[in-house]
Amino acid sequence: MRQKWRLYRHYVSIVVRGMMQYKTSFLFTAMGQFLVSFNVFLGIYFLFQRFHQVKGYSYSEVLLCYAIVLMEFSLAEMWARGFDTFSGLVRSGEFDRVLVRPQGEILQVLGSKFELTRLGRMLQAVVMLVYALCTAQIRWTAGKVWTILFMLVGGTAVFSGLFLIYAALCFFTLEGLEFMNVLTDGAREYGKYPIDVYGKRILQLATVIVPYALIQYYPLQYILGRADSPAYIFLPLLAVLFLLPCYGLWRFGVRHYKSSGS
Amino acid sequence: MHVEVNMKKYISFFRLRFSMGLQYRTAAAAGIVTQFFWGAMEILVYKAFYEVDAAAFPMRFEAVVTYIWLQQAFLAVFGAWIMEGEIFDAIRNGNIAYELCRPISIYQMWFSRSVANRTSKALLRCVPILAVAALLPAPYGLRLPASWAHGGLFLLTLLLGLLVIVAFTMLVYITTFYTISPEGVRIFCVSAVEFFAGAVIPLPFFPEKIRYILELLPFASMQNVPLRIYSGSMSGEEMLRAVCLQVFWLIVMVAAGRGLCRRAERRVTVQGG
Repeated sequence: MRQKWRLYRHYVSIVVRGMMQYKTSFLFTAMGQFLVSFNVFLGIYFLFQRFHQVKGYSYSEVLLCYAIVLMEFSLAEMWARGFDTFSGLVRSGEFDRVLVRPQGEILQVLGSKFELTRLGRMLQAVVMLVYALCTAQIRWTAGKVWTILFMLVGGTAVFSGLFLIYAALCFFTLEGLEFMNVLTDGAREYGKYPIDVYGKRILQLATVIVPYALIQYYPLQYILGRADSPAYIFLPLLAVLFLLPCYGLWRFGVRHYKSSGS
Repeated sequence: MHVEVNMKKYISFFRLRFSMGLQYRTAAAAGIVTQFFWGAMEILVYKAFYEVDAAAFPMRFEAVVTYIWLQQAFLAVFGAWIMEGEIFDAIRNGNIAYELCRPISIYQMWFSRSVANRTSKALLRCVPILAVAALLPAPYGLRLPASWAHGGLFLLTLLLGLLVIVAFTMLVYITTFYTISPEGVRIFCVSAVEFFAGAVIPLPFFPEKIRYILELLPFASMQNVPLRIYSGSMSGEEMLRAVCLQVFWLIVMVAAGRGLCRRAERRVTVQGG
């Protein structure tokens, strides 16, 4: 295990050093990431200028929600980007090379990319989080701090799982499936509001199909003091279990891999 | 005679790119699913805000719904990020040299290609989205335009809006001649268009003063005008002003683009070998 961790760190340091050779390109991409989420933020800002609250959530509470979702997504995208761009690896036949090396495929794919440019998005999320923490008038307890940390862990796991599914499907389709964007980018985009804003039906879907509600809506209720049961603190960790079926699908895909390279 | 031959060249560039765009049908099908989801979620957000304070709503709810469905249906027309990688590549890797040798105007060729690319993509995607959105029950469905005149004006402003956004992307392509790494300009322009054109939230949702300024900017001449004319959230006088502004910005941006392009062609340094 320790040897694997060292190897992973080595992978990441190579990728990051490589990226730093193109500093302008890196800065611009990071800036682009920032601007895209900044636009979303401005949209929320101007809507709240007009309406002041939505479904009982104040501006600060929505920002808190968006900041956490954005962080979960950016963390997952940063370290699991290899799966997001996996179709290229399959199509070029490059995955053959991964299979013959004496290391796990997941470790190699994870190590192949480390998207540091997502720091641009992170920056936006951190600024919003700090603002929300200062203004949302939440009575902080140790339990709530843990809830936030667990949300970040669970959320990163759920989004990484979705990237893993996306990659596993590439074994069968050879190319990325655009509708998967609904589950990843869509969840980031619309996770900016607590899910019940979209109505009960969507909340049910977001609990059953992909456990978004476990990493957003339910723990948020606890942080905002609308639910008291301490069980809410650990709900986001439950979402980590989502990785199991994702991993299963991935294994299934690897076993069915037919090389397409020449 | 001369003009006719000239036009023919660009029409064939248009047709070439157009039929190429029509090939990507699976991508279009996937895009339709995605855009349906996007539209539905967007409508649910506005519904939640509408329930908070219907009086603060600057447009009728049905108008917002119509605006959103049209936006999704014509995403390929107005998406600011839809630029042609080939053009950036040609400038960077030196293939532009071949284009310069041909007896054509680079500006007009790229312009007609871009228009073709956007229309073909939009044609594939818009029909199913519009058809299904029109079938949805009352407040959530796409409505018909307020009158025949609104419908006609919608088509005219849709075309003008398309030309304005293409003229704008042309300016972005041309800046590549002047800076070798165009990413920064491109990213910044895309974000600005998205926000100021009313893609993030429709312009009427901005505070009055900001909206007044935004409506004068070229960005408002893109999707804002056709979508709001169709959904009936502009008065007669506003519509007239909006159409005039569209024409004005189109002329300004095309003139600027052609001027800059000609200057760039004269001093172009071809990269690569």
